[in-house]
Amino acid sequence: MAGSIDHEIALGAADDLQSLPFLGKLHAWVVTVDHKRLGIMYIAGGLFFFLVAGLQAATIRLQLAVPDAGIVPPQVFNRLLTMHGTAMVFLVGMPILTGFFNYLVPLMIGARDLAFPRLNAFGFWLWFFGATLLYFSYIGGDGLYGAGSAPDVGWFAYAPLTELPFSRGNSTDYWILSIFLTSVGTTATAINIITSAFCMRCEGMTLSKMPVLVWLAVVVAFMMLVALPPLSAAQAMLLLDRFLGAHFFDTQAGGSAILWQHFFWIFGHPEVYILVIPAFAFASEIIPVFSRKVIFGYSVMVAASCAIGFISLSVWAHHMFAVGMTPAGNSFFALSTMLVGVPTGIKIFNWLGTIWGGKLRFKVPMLFSLGFLFQFLVAGLTGIMLAVAPFDWQLTDTYFVVAHFHYVLIGAIVFMDFAAIYYWFPKVTGRMLSETLGKWHFWLFLIGFHLTFDTLHFAGLRGMPRRIYTYQPGRGLETLNLVASIGALVQGVAVLILVINVLRSLRSGDPAGNDPWDAWTLEWSTTSPPPEYNFAVPPVVRSRRPLWDLKHPEDPDWKYE
Amino acid sequence: MAAASTAIPTAAEAWRETLPRRGRVGILALIITESVFFSIFVVAYIFYLGKSVTGPFPKDVLSPPILNTICLLSSSVTIVLAIRALRAGSIRTFGIWWFITFALGLEFLTGTALEWHRLIYHDSLTIRTNLFGTTYYSLVGLHALHVTVGLLLILLVMVLTMCGYMNDRHVERTDVLSWYWHFVDAVWVVVFLTVYVVGR
Repeated sequence: MAGSIDHEIALGAADDLQSLPFLGKLHAWVVTVDHKRLGIMYIAGGLFFFLVAGLQAATIRLQLAVPDAGIVPPQVFNRLLTMHGTAMVFLVGMPILTGFFNYLVPLMIGARDLAFPRLNAFGFWLWFFGATLLYFSYIGGDGLYGAGSAPDVGWFAYAPLTELPFSRGNSTDYWILSIFLTSVGTTATAINIITSAFCMRCEGMTLSKMPVLVWLAVVVAFMMLVALPPLSAAQAMLLLDRFLGAHFFDTQAGGSAILWQHFFWIFGHPEVYILVIPAFAFASEIIPVFSRKVIFGYSVMVAASCAIGFISLSVWAHHMFAVGMTPAGNSFFALSTMLVGVPTGIKIFNWLGTIWGGKLRFKVPMLFSLGFLFQFLVAGLTGIMLAVAPFDWQLTDTYFVVAHFHYVLIGAIVFMDFAAIYYWFPKVTGRMLSETLGKWHFWLFLIGFHLTFDTLHFAGLRGMPRRIYTYQPGRGLETLNLVASIGALVQGVAVLILVINVLRSLRSGDPAGNDPWDAWTLEWSTTSPPPEYNFAVPPVVRSRRPLWDLKHPEDPDWKYE
Repeated sequence: MAAASTAIPTAAEAWRETLPRRGRVGILALIITESVFFSIFVVAYIFYLGKSVTGPFPKDVLSPPILNTICLLSSSVTIVLAIRALRAGSIRTFGIWWFITFALGLEFLTGTALEWHRLIYHDSLTIRTNLFGTTYYSLVGLHALHVTVGLLLILLVMVLTMCGYMNDRHVERTDVLSWYWHFVDAVWVVVFLTVYVVGR
């Protein structure tokens, strides 16, 4: 005990950082290896690029609002499209999820930090450098050729169109190098999360007592280890082609035109699950707390997530039905894609089972979670439709596909990211976000989302191809596109409300206290914000809901688990 | 660990003993992700076998580097002996086996350099000659890069040992480094079979 008190005194001195002048504070943030600060920096960085890439999406919608619009020229449109897609995946989705896992995993397992704190800081700064490099391409992408600025090859960057003869200048090199760096940074985080979950759990927390979020963080981290290297390897090959004259994707020298597509989607499809499983993780923590019930089917939830992680590694070529694979190949990938719907369906039923008969509290995090449940179901159903190869041949590369994956990326992931922000903001800052502004944010975003992406399904069914920079009048696309663009505007207003809400709460939000939601996992047992060392005394747990046991000693969980 | 066993372990210490070691889990995770990275290059090599439009072809210019392979694989044995010696507390024996490991690794790297020199200057095969050159240099080069990283780390430990900083508190870390070295050796078995046996 004496040791831990000394420790506290030593760390208490570090808390005096609050009184430092600006430069001192900045220095403290730059050199930090604290998982909470790095988590906050990941999330703040992700939200910053969310605004930037969101504005790019708004410009795209503006250009497509009416036929034959000339707001941006085609080349600029291609850059907007590429940067929007690339940034939303690698500079928004990934850092927000790694940020939350960084922040929450040590707190939830009762540890003082991740297993390798310096590796964690290294990963963050690699990500930050890569992210900056991607947007620096607007200045540096010109190279010595006077050919273009930012990358314009799509976020999938299909070779051989990214080979030197077809993509002059350095714009594609910026795409390769920046994404390569962010991938290495993410891999460092993945190693850290796996090691922490296996080696740093507090006393009594066996693997079967870990919170669902930590389990899913481990699944996601394993998927990162397996799914990111194919992209990095393919990017290394492309770089060899572009700089050393290798022939990996050079069709004139016998190279393949579709090998890149395979390598890219071996990464690309698991990547979707890397992004969406954290949304599952947030839902699995938030829905029980606001339903006042334990999660329904804990072990089945964990098993289903592992199954999703595993099956999703063998579905990639459903992105390539139109390439002309063999019938056996098409059938395999159609069936494996449908198979992944089974564990996903199990999860949806488990969340419904958690809500069923619960004492529901419709706070903002719960509202976003309910929106997520409905929209993720719809996204899954259109996913099953697209898994049918002949159906996909008809609709591939149309706005139906765009609407489908935005239903996943926004309807599921962004909705749960918002839910997580409202849920954990009090813990991170010690202040509550406003419920009123939160409800305005939720309803406006919900309406805007459905205006945009419900209608785009129909634009796709009417044959509107994706990636086009404009379209002619008289093809039945005008109304649908105008409605979609109005929806984008409504979503923009909703996000602005979130920004105002966050800034207002940071300044003058209601104090949160340790446990504003009456929740059950360990992060709510420490102060808000938590001290640098998280827990003065390492906690000891006996069940999956340690705080329930504390609050209800007459009826603890460990009697039943 | 020896110090802890003299005192009566508390419940928290007993709990910590049941958890796996950080270094081992971390290096295993790194090995998983590196294996996938390598396997993509192996897939590309096999996919492009026989697809080269012009020569030289593998069967004309490649001969299996038997001596190199023996050296690299036996360095996995010597590194185990080194760690065993360190665990037994014999720093001197550790230093000798560690140096032999380094020398064997260096021999492998030199052998690769000589092979590349012959291929480039005698057989006129470079990375831009044909698909064989492209896939050969990138796969073998990727492995050689990993050998180089491993050798630099081994060299670092060697220098620290010579300066007298090595003791049995560093068994765990040195052991983790040896796992990486075993991984590099195991990858060579796959590369060797792909390039010099299947691909020739």
